Amino acid sequence: MAALRGRALLLARLRAGPRAPLHSAASATPLYDVLVSGGGMVGSAMAAVLGHDIHFHDKKIALLEAGPRKEYDHMPDSYSNRVSSISPGSATLLSSCGAWDHVCSLRLKPFRRMQVWDACSEAMIVFEKDDLDDMGYIVENDVIMSALTKQLDAVADRVEVFYRNKAVGYTWPLPSHGCDTSPWVQVELADGRRLQTKLLIGADGHNSLVRKEAEIKNIEHQYDQSAVVATLHLSEATDNNVAWQRFLPTGPIALLPLSDTASSLVWSTSHDHASELVAMDEESFVDSINSAFWSNINHSDFIDTAGAMFHSAISLLKPSGTAVRQLPPSVAKVDPESRAMFPLGMGHATEYVQHRVALIGDAAHRVHPLAGQGVNLGFGDIACLAHHLSAAAFNGSDLGSLKHLLKFETERQRHNVSLIAATDVLKRLYSTTLAPLVLLRTWGLQATNALPPVKEQIMAFASK
Amino acid sequence: MFSIWMSFIYADDHADLSFQTGLRHILQDYNRKRQMKSSSTFPASLTEIKSNMFTVRRPFSTSHSSVDSKELKKFQLLAHKWWDEEGEYAALHSMNDIRVPFIRDTLLSMSSNYHLGNPLSGIKILDVGCGGGLLSEPLGRLGASVTGIDPVEDNIRTADQHKSFDPVLAKRIQYKSSSLEEIVEESMETFDVIVASEVVEHVADLETFIKCCSQVLKPEGSLFITTINKTQLSYVLGIVVAEKIMGIVPEGTHEWEKFVPPEELERLLESNGFSVKSVNGMLYNPLSGSWSWMESTSLNYAVHAVKSGAPAQSHATDTLPETDVQQRLATAGTAGTAGTVPDDTV
Repeated sequence: MAALRGRALLLARLRAGPRAPLHSAASATPLYDVLVSGGGMVGSAMAAVLGHDIHFHDKKIALLEAGPRKEYDHMPDSYSNRVSSISPGSATLLSSCGAWDHVCSLRLKPFRRMQVWDACSEAMIVFEKDDLDDMGYIVENDVIMSALTKQLDAVADRVEVFYRNKAVGYTWPLPSHGCDTSPWVQVELADGRRLQTKLLIGADGHNSLVRKEAEIKNIEHQYDQSAVVATLHLSEATDNNVAWQRFLPTGPIALLPLSDTASSLVWSTSHDHASELVAMDEESFVDSINSAFWSNINHSDFIDTAGAMFHSAISLLKPSGTAVRQLPPSVAKVDPESRAMFPLGMGHATEYVQHRVALIGDAAHRVHPLAGQGVNLGFGDIACLAHHLSAAAFNGSDLGSLKHLLKFETERQRHNVSLIAATDVLKRLYSTTLAPLVLLRTWGLQATNALPPVKEQIMAFASK
Repeated sequence: MFSIWMSFIYADDHADLSFQTGLRHILQDYNRKRQMKSSSTFPASLTEIKSNMFTVRRPFSTSHSSVDSKELKKFQLLAHKWWDEEGEYAALHSMNDIRVPFIRDTLLSMSSNYHLGNPLSGIKILDVGCGGGLLSEPLGRLGASVTGIDPVEDNIRTADQHKSFDPVLAKRIQYKSSSLEEIVEESMETFDVIVASEVVEHVADLETFIKCCSQVLKPEGSLFITTINKTQLSYVLGIVVAEKIMGIVPEGTHEWEKFVPPEELERLLESNGFSVKSVNGMLYNPLSGSWSWMESTSLNYAVHAVKSGAPAQSHATDTLPETDVQQRLATAGTAGTAGTVPDDTV
């Protein structure tokens, strides 16, 4: 009967919400099969993937981007401070529209190992690929944007990009229209132009206007943390193929490889501490980072003893031992002008789709950066939505129909909700110095580290 | 919609557990429909709308002035329901998930030159009994140029209005309020493909219908039919259970005698110049609201038949001896006449 209930909910959803009256003179307004609102990494990739889909050969796609066109002819010497950890799954998606080749020829840094450890104990977990496969890639956001812009140009006959323009209002069609009103979504642009579309995809970030106008509820929470980002130079050249993350009581600090000598910093900490970090002189900033990775000030004898006992117990059971602890590189200096901070929050839309509307990326879900999953969740949304839209196009279906949009929603919510929840729990679990909780997480982390099947599961889930 | 309830009970995998729930569901569904119908005599379900199409009495045909304006208004309320995906015609909407791929893939497998982005480009399709255009539109989106005909003018109005909002479909699809017989003369050997989905079970004279199909179809053109079988199962579930035991349906509501067994349909097709290529069983599950293919054709089924053409066209490059070709041409000639002259065989 669950299915029946689902259908009843669906009916309620179709009929819910007040709808604005429709403009009748819509015939002169250009009509698109798909309109993507928001031309960031996720929105641009959505448009590029659909534009390169064989079954979208005859379709018209529009992309709205408030900012200017971003494309590199050649890479600047300095690294951008905004980077993403790209999972193998996301790399596959970017390959499907041809953008990954451009990323590879511009700049990226693969990593093969991830070491996560606790500031309050010796507990640590190491994720490692047995073979020589890459676990993921650290890529500058600008590089991804540049690659996607190139691939959007390649399908310019199908995808029309409106730069420095954005939607200021949406008018929704009646769910089952009486045939005398337009069945499409009407979009009003900032410059006064009007467009209409059979399917509107909201990729307009965590403050999504599409989500608000569609009256989709969003469960959100502002963390008591801000993230500080910066480009760092190491004191000596290394292989630098490890992503490091240490959980401090104030928040996680991560060092992500950019090259043999450079790494990117993402440090989540209290708002006040973040402001201090951004304002302090460069030398003190570098000292703060090194001590955050090396200091044992938060250790307590009790936890250390309990952790050591548990560790020797595991060693007895599993004499071959667990992964070897490695030491993070020390930081020598920070790129001037590369420091920046922004507040962190989490959010999740209760619905990803409505009649003729779908939300992807941060518009649908926002996560703490500690798992490095933000943009990967967005790319996962694209792979799933593009798959269902491609099938719908090949069946001659109405692209805006709830039928296939709901399949996308079910699939993605199942994946995203578990990851968002796990990330949130980790964030909260590691934000405390309370001994019982520290002990619990210490043992938990040690046990997980000793169980390769569990680790493989985690890695498989995170690399989608 | 009757045909769909029948497959309902049959479709239920967990018959023991949910048989009662299933019956209750049927009951509710049925009562709802009866309430809608009870106030007047105008057709309120797909079956009835379509049953008017090819029978002698056609109360809503344009030529009749006897149409009551009050009833017409009520009917229009229903006509616009064609496009409510969760409404009266939900099962027809979801049938697109299997009938469109069936038509598309069959045509693709017969063609050597196509583009996946526009698979039916250049194919002329006649959609007989198009209703609100539920099947015409997807075929049009796949690139076909579609002519949809339906004797109920309100259906055509709905279909016309619905496609008018999409400039691509507006160009590719033409709708016409007409019966098949009425267009035969003007459309001799015009179409590459004819689609008659959920139509033949309402046709008064099936043989004439098939002859007309043959006449408007080009040689070697394809005819796609989906319909419902006439089996003991349909009698038991539809008449005995629903009408006599449960008493939820007045006796004699359903004309299951009009349903067509696949063997009879095949016989009629073969004797009228068609060669039947495939017959596939279809199954509707009302719980999930979805259709799937199955081995058995005991309930709903789909048929693909090809009109015999001059073999010389397809075998022109073959290295057959000349006499053989001539012989083939001769046989094809007789087969062709049988198909194109309606009064020839009966």
